[in-house]
Amino acid sequence: MKDAKALKAGRQRGLVTPEGIALNLTVATRGARFGALALDLVIIGCLQIATTLFLVYLASGVFELDRKFVEKSAAGSALQLLAILWFAAMFLFRNAYFMFFELGPRGATWGKRAVGIRIASRDGGRLTSEMVLARNLLRDIELFLPVSIMLAASSGEMGLAGFAAACWFLVFALFPLFNRDSLRAGDLIAGTWVVEAPRQRLETVLSTTGAAHHGTSRETGAQYRFGERELAIYGEYELQTLERVLRENRHEALVAVHEAICRKIGWDPGSGDQHAFLEAYYAQLRARLEGGMRMGKRKVDKWA
Amino acid sequence: MAKAPTVLSGDRAIEAAALRSDRFRLEREADWLRLEAIVSRMESGRLRKIPDEDLLALPVLYRTVASSLSVARETSLDAATLAYLDALVQRAWFLVYGPRTGFAAWLRQFLGGGLSAAVRGIWFEILVALAVMVAGTLVGWLLVASEPSWYYSLVPGQFTDTRVPGASHEVLKATLFGNADQPAMSVFATYLFSNNAQVAILAFSLGFAFGIPSLLLLVQNTATLGAMMWLYRGQNLLWDFGGWISVHGTTELFAILLAGAAGLHIGRSIAFPGHRGVLQSAAAAGRRAATVMAGVVLMLVLAALLEGFARQLIDNTQGRYMVGMTMLALWCAYFFGLRRREVIGA
Repeated sequence: MKDAKALKAGRQRGLVTPEGIALNLTVATRGARFGALALDLVIIGCLQIATTLFLVYLASGVFELDRKFVEKSAAGSALQLLAILWFAAMFLFRNAYFMFFELGPRGATWGKRAVGIRIASRDGGRLTSEMVLARNLLRDIELFLPVSIMLAASSGEMGLAGFAAACWFLVFALFPLFNRDSLRAGDLIAGTWVVEAPRQRLETVLSTTGAAHHGTSRETGAQYRFGERELAIYGEYELQTLERVLRENRHEALVAVHEAICRKIGWDPGSGDQHAFLEAYYAQLRARLEGGMRMGKRKVDKWA
Repeated sequence: MAKAPTVLSGDRAIEAAALRSDRFRLEREADWLRLEAIVSRMESGRLRKIPDEDLLALPVLYRTVASSLSVARETSLDAATLAYLDALVQRAWFLVYGPRTGFAAWLRQFLGGGLSAAVRGIWFEILVALAVMVAGTLVGWLLVASEPSWYYSLVPGQFTDTRVPGASHEVLKATLFGNADQPAMSVFATYLFSNNAQVAILAFSLGFAFGIPSLLLLVQNTATLGAMMWLYRGQNLLWDFGGWISVHGTTELFAILLAGAAGLHIGRSIAFPGHRGVLQSAAAAGRRAATVMAGVVLMLVLAALLEGFARQLIDNTQGRYMVGMTMLALWCAYFFGLRRREVIGA
């Protein structure tokens, strides 16, 4: 758990909004971005195939008409219109798909939404249409060109020059691997980056229950009052771990934590009333630490 | 055993909370939840269904919740609440500072000055790209003039049907005139557009590699032009070829020129960022160049229409030159004559 947290801390970037509030953005992992891209490409492919099939279906209908009674030229222009529609649709799917979705309020394509990431402006200002435009125009040299050049080079027709070109374009394709914020070339040009889109529910208040408020267990009626010595052992890190255990509310975890705390403060660990004990301990520890906070004293963890 | 905590509501809950920080939270919770509801609805894109008072309340609620977050960071150790507030402020911030201009507003701003301002902003690169294109044409001409077999490597296969060195006057002339009744040109026009647009986007994005590949692409494309000019010159058809190509060429070549210049602009901003950081400089250049590129795509649509229709309908050289030169004059006037203030006046 601590490892995951530390890894996440490595991806956190401070950003100050125009109101002067520091926000903690988390830069999206390269894996998540690659997954989102793969998903988007699959979606685009499906849309293209579906459109093509639909137009072919329409075209076959036109042929049918043609054979029956319609004039040759009318059928010809109908087919022409279908061909134009096909070219336009393919062009739009390839170039406008990303822009359309990233300009929306979610700032993310379907693939990005699925993995929970979105684009944002790197300087904390407004995300503008030009930025979205710029970051998507560069997709060609990052994605389509390297792939086609690599295929050509691997066939061996282009010889050494092909390999040189492939390496050169790989620089663009692998650009996100070589910088801290995993910016791709388009992000760099546009002044954007890809961050995690936060989703968080508001959890219940922990200090309104009986045990937390009065230190009295509803189950057994036992009174839990902890003294200065018993509360001084732990710091904020342990408090928040305890909070997580209480919210998750898993029996084995409650028992283990209950035992650990009792051992530490020299109480005799009973059984059957762990939840009330922990709630009371949590509330009193938090009251003590928050009291210290108001006076400007903070205790990060039990070592501090 | 663990029992579900009793849910209290309203003032009783606030009284019941043992901690000052939880009382703080319970007093403000309603605002937070209201903001979350508004944000969720806006994110799902159903903007029309949101009542006006909610939209008006958004910036106010955003500031309220943001200040709640600042206070909570200093007074509360409730990790879940802090994480919730952090996430909520971020989501609201994305909306309050999101791309707010709708498409129509953006288009109005873009056509009414944004595009021409961006084009004027890269005037230096436009001059460089123009010089490179002229040089490319010359190179193509000179290469083929010295050794006609170059023609086949310079001109792509789709143009080498009958238009090859040694073709007679009549054959070449037939490629320029008399296609008026040929059908399916509109399909061809659409194909040309998507093809050219992809080339232009490539010319632009290659600018990222310090602009040099953009220049090479420009040279390669104009060398083709030079080689074909040489071919038609040999049969005294250069004037007619000029008309044939200028119908759409003034627009299309101008668009490719702008795309190359936009690419160069980015390359230059990365290679020589000046007194700003590389990242900042690249981002500023990228935004300007992206605006130009949107204009380029628009120009290519027009060029394809001209190529697919106007060239077939106008079957004489004077008329073709008229159309081509008019387009060129219009583009120049639009890009370099149009200033923001005049637009408002007009």
